[in-house]
Amino acid sequence: MLELHNVETFYGSIQVLFGITLTLDQGKVTTLIGRNGMGKTTTVNSIMGTVPPKSGEIRFNGENISGKPAHVVAQRGIGLVPEGRQIFPNLSVRENLIATAANFSKSSDSWDLDKVMEFFPTLKPRLGNMGNQLSGGEQQMLAIGRALMLNPGLLILDEATEGLAPLIRQEIWNRLQRLKQSGLTILLIDKNIDDLSKIADKHYIIAKGTVVWEGDSNALAAQPELKSKYLGI
Amino acid sequence: MRILPRTVSATVYTGFLVLLAIAPWIFSVIDEPFYLDLLSRGLILAVAALSLNLILGYGGMVSLGHAAYIGIGAYCVGIPAYYDFYNGWLHLGLTVLVSGLFALVTGAICLRTKGVYFIMITLAFSQMVYFTFVSLEEYGGDDGLVIYLRSEFPTWLSMDSPVALYYWIFTVLLITLFFIHRLVHARFGRVIVGSRFNEDRMQSLGYSTYRYRLSCYVISGVICGIAGMLLGNFTSFISPEMMGWTRSGELIFMVVMGGAGTLFGPLVGTAAFVFLEEFLSRITIYWHLIFGLMLIALVLFGKGGIHGWLSAFDSEEERG
Repeated sequence: MLELHNVETFYGSIQVLFGITLTLDQGKVTTLIGRNGMGKTTTVNSIMGTVPPKSGEIRFNGENISGKPAHVVAQRGIGLVPEGRQIFPNLSVRENLIATAANFSKSSDSWDLDKVMEFFPTLKPRLGNMGNQLSGGEQQMLAIGRALMLNPGLLILDEATEGLAPLIRQEIWNRLQRLKQSGLTILLIDKNIDDLSKIADKHYIIAKGTVVWEGDSNALAAQPELKSKYLGI
Repeated sequence: MRILPRTVSATVYTGFLVLLAIAPWIFSVIDEPFYLDLLSRGLILAVAALSLNLILGYGGMVSLGHAAYIGIGAYCVGIPAYYDFYNGWLHLGLTVLVSGLFALVTGAICLRTKGVYFIMITLAFSQMVYFTFVSLEEYGGDDGLVIYLRSEFPTWLSMDSPVALYYWIFTVLLITLFFIHRLVHARFGRVIVGSRFNEDRMQSLGYSTYRYRLSCYVISGVICGIAGMLLGNFTSFISPEMMGWTRSGELIFMVVMGGAGTLFGPLVGTAAFVFLEEFLSRITIYWHLIFGLMLIALVLFGKGGIHGWLSAFDSEEERG
């Protein structure tokens, strides 16, 4: 579904990605793991077009989307739940969701406000509240709901459970499991390797802007030295 | 069905609009026609401030060149009138077309910049228009142009008498308020408001924010142009002074004083501005000093402007 081939990205004159190559399969959950500053978020930004790569190719459903503006990438069917949630504090929960509603993947079973409320019932009584009046967990639910309202073919979550209480974190993982079961393709970035291993089909470890390892959860569990070497665990 | 407004601020605004609706009658009863002129001028500036608020308050685009549209609208009355074309529809159509085109061309360039660069480039375009009209001697140059007859509309729409013109202006104000209310609560407006906070995020949600912001800029320019058309008819005299950069600055103060990013803020901000300007000038010739100090105090301590103060009386429950 999504392929990155030899992607190199720079911030000004500083190179951050050194030939990232990875593949996301339809309906599967893939993770990007690695220490801070290794290039995970930059990879996401390169995919989304907010930091266009200088070289390499990014193909989504066969189309080269490398260097396309962010709004075009989103319209192709890639939904992003960004690091730090970045919900609009000056819009209400309802407005955050309604303002972004679209059906970019042309799915017949599309997400709408009611479906998001059913998926995240916690948000229902908060519909009239402004974005900045929500707790961290509610904000993350809203950020996921907002991305789902685009009806994306691929959902990317950057730091999916960062800064959340354990109970809320578990709720987010449960919801992501449900999304996986619905057949949605997901790219996950998170630091909770144990939780990631339960949900993911494939992992990519990124270090110093390049993919240094790839494999499934069993392979990751079988090589504990990877965690200490690349993840500092 | 709820008929009465449910918050203190909404009650004040509703009362204010009712007062505006019956103002000509009140002024005729107390025999003070001057106040009708003052109010007419204030409401025209309020329409201009509302248009600025659309881009500044909701969209975060601080334009220091908005007065150019007032001038364009006024000259769209003055120049045809100079050639004895008084048809009001022609004036209105010309105003919409010219101010819209000017906003489209300049906005397409200005919106490629941000922050202080946006402020400077809008100021530069505004000054360009200002000096263009100063140099057009055919139309009076610096001295301006007298408009002998107001725009001609069918009898039921005539703006010949001061009261008729006042209701023209009041109607334009109501339409502008309604239009902006609908616009900012539609998806278009939510995209504009969201872009003010995080443009990259809005782009990642599939919106070409540039196009949305440009459309908003053009709509704002057209509304301000119409305010200029009304001002041209009201003063029966136009000059480049109408589009000076100080006027643009005043419009920003009106918006900030009333409460940027709120529907009624610019209206009450303009009312307060015109009121203070008028009555302070009667007290002392140094009124600019007092006015300036008041504005500084407002910016420093009056977060949210007049609307912010009024909203403080709205209970949490009422605010919903």
